[in-house]
Amino acid sequence: SKCVYTYKEHRDPMLKKRDDFEDILEERRNSSDLKYALRCYTPVLYKGVTPCTSSMLKSMVLQSDQLHYVINQVSKETGKATDDIKEEASAILEEMAQCLQLSTVRFFAFTLSKAFKTLFRSICVNEDGIQRLQQAIQEHPVVLLPSHRSYMDFLLMSYILYTYDVALPVIAAGMDFMGMKFVGEMLRMSGAFFIRRSFGGDKLYWALFSEYVKTMLKNGFAPVEFFLEGTRSRTSKSLTPKLGLLNIVMDPFLKGEVFDVNVVPVSISYERVLEETLYARELLGIPKPKESTSGLFKARKILSEDYGSIHVYFGQPVSVRSLAQGKVNRCQFNLVPRHIPRRPSEDIASFVNDSAYRLVRAQEENMVLKPWVLVASLLLQYHHQNQAAGQKRGIALGELTAQAVWLRDLSRQYGAFLHWPGTVVTQVFTIILLALLEQGLYFFELLSQAVILLSCASYRNQALHVFVRPALLALAIHTASSNQKQEVFNSFSFLRNMFSNEFILCPGATVQDFEEACYLLVKTGALQFTQQEVLVTERGHRTLAFLSTMLDPFLQGYQVVCRFLCEEATETLTEKQFIPAVRKFIKKLLLAGFYLLLFLRFSFVCVCVFFFTSAFYKMHNCVLCVCVCVCVCVLSR
Amino acid sequence: MPKYTKPPSHLQEILKWNGWGYSDTRFLFNKKGQAEFTGKRYRLSGMIIPALQNWFEGTFGASVQHKSPAMPILTSSAVQPPTLNEAFVDELKSTGIPCSHDAEDRVFRGHGHCLHEVFALREGKVGRVPDIVVWPNCHNDVVKIVELACKHNVCLIPYGGGTSVSSALECPPEETRCIVSLDTSQMNRILWIDEKNLTAHVEAGIVGQELERLLNESGYCTGHEPDSMEFSSLGGWVATRASGMKKNIYGNIEDLVVHVKMVTPQGVIEKGCQCPRMSTGPDIHHFIMGSEGTLGVVTEVTMKIRPMPEYQKYGSVVFPNFEQGVACLREVAKQRCAPASIRLMDNEQFKFGHALKPQVSSIFTSFLDGLKKFYITKFKGFDPDRLCVATLLFEGDREKVLQHEKQVYDIAAKFGGLAAGEDNGQRGYMLTFVIAYLRDLGMDYYVIGESFETSVPWDRVLDICRNVKARIIQECKDKGVQFSPLSTCRVTQTYDAGACVYFYFAFNYRGLSDPVHVYEQVEHAAREEILANGGSLSHHHGVGKLRKEWMRETISDVGMGMLKSVKNYVDPKNIFGNRNLI
Repeated sequence: SKCVYTYKEHRDPMLKKRDDFEDILEERRNSSDLKYALRCYTPVLYKGVTPCTSSMLKSMVLQSDQLHYVINQVSKETGKATDDIKEEASAILEEMAQCLQLSTVRFFAFTLSKAFKTLFRSICVNEDGIQRLQQAIQEHPVVLLPSHRSYMDFLLMSYILYTYDVALPVIAAGMDFMGMKFVGEMLRMSGAFFIRRSFGGDKLYWALFSEYVKTMLKNGFAPVEFFLEGTRSRTSKSLTPKLGLLNIVMDPFLKGEVFDVNVVPVSISYERVLEETLYARELLGIPKPKESTSGLFKARKILSEDYGSIHVYFGQPVSVRSLAQGKVNRCQFNLVPRHIPRRPSEDIASFVNDSAYRLVRAQEENMVLKPWVLVASLLLQYHHQNQAAGQKRGIALGELTAQAVWLRDLSRQYGAFLHWPGTVVTQVFTIILLALLEQGLYFFELLSQAVILLSCASYRNQALHVFVRPALLALAIHTASSNQKQEVFNSFSFLRNMFSNEFILCPGATVQDFEEACYLLVKTGALQFTQQEVLVTERGHRTLAFLSTMLDPFLQGYQVVCRFLCEEATETLTEKQFIPAVRKFIKKLLLAGFYLLLFLRFSFVCVCVFFFTSAFYKMHNCVLCVCVCVCVCVLSR
Repeated sequence: MPKYTKPPSHLQEILKWNGWGYSDTRFLFNKKGQAEFTGKRYRLSGMIIPALQNWFEGTFGASVQHKSPAMPILTSSAVQPPTLNEAFVDELKSTGIPCSHDAEDRVFRGHGHCLHEVFALREGKVGRVPDIVVWPNCHNDVVKIVELACKHNVCLIPYGGGTSVSSALECPPEETRCIVSLDTSQMNRILWIDEKNLTAHVEAGIVGQELERLLNESGYCTGHEPDSMEFSSLGGWVATRASGMKKNIYGNIEDLVVHVKMVTPQGVIEKGCQCPRMSTGPDIHHFIMGSEGTLGVVTEVTMKIRPMPEYQKYGSVVFPNFEQGVACLREVAKQRCAPASIRLMDNEQFKFGHALKPQVSSIFTSFLDGLKKFYITKFKGFDPDRLCVATLLFEGDREKVLQHEKQVYDIAAKFGGLAAGEDNGQRGYMLTFVIAYLRDLGMDYYVIGESFETSVPWDRVLDICRNVKARIIQECKDKGVQFSPLSTCRVTQTYDAGACVYFYFAFNYRGLSDPVHVYEQVEHAAREEILANGGSLSHHHGVGKLRKEWMRETISDVGMGMLKSVKNYVDPKNIFGNRNLI
C-alpha cells in the first residue's frame, strides 16, 4: 500500500491522448459504390515480402521442417505410412487455408457498402491509427487483434483496410462458418482461414495450423488477424484471452525467425450490436442458431433497423520485442532444433498470458462509450434498488440527467473514452430517451422482462473496464474489517482474485491495480490516505456506493452458484450439465420469491471452470465456504 | 633511477601509437576531397579511391568538411608516473633482461584496438598503463621473470602483438601492485624445422607475417592467416584460440599446434612428446589455448607446417540475394568442398567494397566494368540493392585447384550464383587488411565503428544476420544517434555444423555528448542479440574483459568453477593478473 504515492501522474488515464475519428461512410453516401469496389487497390507491403500465392504458401507449409518432423513422429506412433499422413495433412490444409482473391474482396466492398449504409449511421475510424498501421506493416510482420462483439467484426475490419488501401489481413475463423454453403467459400476468398474449435491432442493438426500461421506471418504475406477473446462476447464485457494463437504468432519472434512482430489492438465499439437480442436469449439458455446460409438470409430483417454508428480505433502497435524485453530469455531455444515442437516453458507461458491481458486491456481502453452506456448503468442500479425495496417508482428525467452528468465527469476522470454528442445536456438526453424508446427500452414496465434487462446490462458492461479497479477498491473498503491500509489491500486482493476470470485483471498485477484504484479515488476526492488508514471523504460516499453497487450483480451471481453447489450439486455433475442445472436452480429461487439482480450470465462458465480446476471434488467444501461467506457478508452490509 | 636497456628490434617505432598499423600508411581525403591510401606497403598503397568520398558521405551523413582530428603526439604528463616495485626492478636489472618505464613504451602496451581504447588515445587520454615493460629474449628469460614476479608479488601481463579487441590488454584499474608488461617480441626465432614430421618449433613472440616469411624461405608455410597476421603473434594466437582465413585447408590454431610450452607461477607446463593425438585425459593444451594470459606466458610452440602451395587463385560469385548466398555456402560445407577461404558479404558490404575500387588506369577496364554491371543487373535481373558477393581463394596444385574451382562454381550456379571474376575476389581479401585503417579515417570525420564476430549453427545464420543488424539500427535510433548507422555482416568461415559471422557497425556521432558510451551500449545490445539468437560469445576474438559478463551463461556454473579451480592451482597469487576471461 505504500506504493500509492509512487503511482505516477503521467500514467493518469485522463491524460491519455486519443486520435480523432473520420466517418468512412460519408464518402460512400456521396460517390459510386461500384467505382469504389473497382478502384485501384495497391497496398504497401512488408519490406521483405517475396510475392507468393496461396498455393505456394500451402506447399511451403507441407515442406517445412516442423511438418516433416511431426509426420514422422505420427507415423512412428500410429504405424501409418508417412505418405498417407502427408495426404491427410494436405487435406487438412485444404480445409483450412484461405485463398484471398481481390475479385471477392471487391464483391464484398460493393455489397458491404450497401449494407453498411442501411444499417449504420456512420463508421468512424481513427485515421492516425491507420497510418501507424501502414508504417508497422512495412517494418515488421503485423498481427491485428480486434475486439469481438459481432459476426460483423472481421468483415468490417477488411472493409476498412480495403478503404484505406492497407494490406488485407488473413483471418482465423471458427470452423462453424464452413457450415454455411457458399458463404464459407466467399469468406475464404476474402482472406478467412478456418480452424477447428478443438483439436486438443491432434499433433498433426496443431503442427499444420501453427506452421500455416507462422509461414504467413514470417513471410509478411499478409497481416494475420484473430480474436484474442476466442469467441464473440455475448455480454459486451471483454472475455479473458485465449492464448493458443497468440503463442503461435509470438513464436517466430521468440525463436529469432523475425526481428520483431507488431501487434495492433483494435477496438470496435458498436452503438448497438446486430446480435443484441440473440445474445440475451442465448444467455437465458436458448441455444445459438447454427450458422447457416439460410439463417443469414432470414436475418436480413435486421436491415430494416437502425444500428447507430460504429467506432473503430486502431491502437498503438505493440512490439512483441519490447514486450518480451527482460521477461523472456530467448537463449532457451538454443539447445534444441527450433522445428521440434515443444511445450512452451513456464516463463514463456506466463509472458504470453501477461501480454494477452495487456492487449485485451489495450482494446478496452480505446472502446468508445456512448451516453446510454452510462445511463444504462444508472437505470439498472435504480431498478435494482427499487425492486429490492419492492417499489415501482420511476426516476425523474431531471434527476437522471443530473446523475448522468455526474457519472460522465467521473468516468472521464477515470480515463473513459466517451463519445458525448453535443454540449447541451438536456438536448442529449432527449436524444437518449428517444433512442431508448425506439429500442423498446422504455424502462419500468418492460424492464421486468429478462431480455431487456440483459440487453441493458450488456450496455452497462461496456463501461465496466473503466470502473472495475476503483469498484473493487470500493468494495474492499466495505468488506475490510478495518480501514487499515493493509486490511483494505488484503480484501482488495481477495476480491480481485475471486473476479480474475470475470474481468480483465492482469495476472500478478494486484499491486499495480490497487495503486491505480487508489490513485483514481484519491484524485477524484473520494478517498484520503493517512499514514496507516484509508478514509472515505464526505463526498466520496456517493462515488463509492455507485462503484460497489456496480459489482453487486456479479457477486450475487457467484453467490447463487455457490449456493447451488452447496445445496444441490451431486458428485457426478459434468461440465455440460452444470449450466442448465444452475439455470434450473435459479428459476426455482425466483419462483420462491428470491429476488436476483441479474439472471444467469455467460460468465458462469468461467466460474465453473474455476471450480473444476481447483480440484473441485476434494476441496469443494472449503473453497465454497470461503466464497459464500464473502458473498454473503458483502451483500448483507 | 636505474638505467634501462632497450632491445634492438622495435616494431613500435614504425607503428602508430594511437591507431591501426604502420605510421606511413593511412587513408586521407586530399585537397580535392578524393580518398587516398598512403605508403607503399599494400596493393592499394599510393592509389586514389575516387568513389570512397561519396560512399562515406552518403552512408554516414558525414562530410569531409567536418573533421575530428586526433591529438598528434602523446604528452607525457597525461601518463601516471609508474608504481615501481624497487626490489623487483633491482633484481630484474641484475638479470640483464632489457626493460623500460618510458611513458611511450608503457602506453603502447596498455591497450589493444577496441574502439574505446583507440578513441581515448586519440583524445590523448591515458588510463592505468603498465608500470614497466620487459623484453625477455628466450624461454629462460621468461622463467626468470615469472620467478621474480612471484617472489616480489608483482602483476604480469603478457604482450604479443597488441592487436586484441577484447580489452584483454587493459590494466585492471583496481590493480594496486606494480604491473609489468611482458613483451614477447624479442622471442621471434624459428628454433628448428622438422621436415620429416612437417613441424616447426617457434618462439611464441614471432608475428604472423614474419613467421610466414621465414618459413617461405625454406619452402614451407603454416597457412595460418588471421586478419591481424601482420602484427599478431604466435603466442597471442594460442592464448586466444585464433582462427585463420585459410582454416579450411590448414585448420585453426588448435589443429595446428602440436606442442606448447608455457611458463606459469607453478613452473613450466608442456607435454612429454610431440605426438599427433593422445588419449591421456583432458588435453592440457586446451587449458592453455584460450587462457588469455591468465595462467602464464606461452614461450615456444611446435606447429604443423606445409609445403608452400603451388598455385593460388582468387575468385568471386555474385548472388541475387544474401539468402541464396548462405544456402550456397551451406551446400559447399555439406559437400565438404570449401576452398581455402570462402566468404560471403552482404549487400552493404558489397557496396562498400565497390567504393574501395581504385581509380582504373585504362578506358578498357572501366568499359569492362560497365559491361559486367550491365550484364548482372539488367540482363540477369539482379537487384543492385539486394545482390551480394562471395569471395573465394583456392590453393593447392594447379590441376586440383581448377577442378575444385569448377566444383564450387557448379554448386554456386545451383543457387543462382554467377562467377564474377578474380579481381573482385582479390579486392575482397585486400579489404580485410585495410579495413582497420579505414576506421582511423572514419574517426578523423566523426565516424566511429568496430567489428565483432560470432559462430552460429547453419539453421540460424540468416536469422542472426538479420536480427543483429536490425538490432544495431534500432539501438542507435533509441540511443539518439542522429544518422542511420552502417550495419553490415559477412559469413567468413564455414564448418560442418555452422559458420562464423562477422558484423561491422559504424555511425556518425555528431551531436552525441558521449559517443563511446553510446557505442558500447549498442555493441552490448548487439552481443545480447547474438546470444539470444543462438550465436556464441566469440568465435576467435576471445573474451578478455569486454565479454566477461556473459561467460557464466556461456559455459555454465560448473564450467566456471572448473576454470577457476585451474586458475587457483596454477596461479594462486594472481600474478597473471590481467583479469581476463573469468
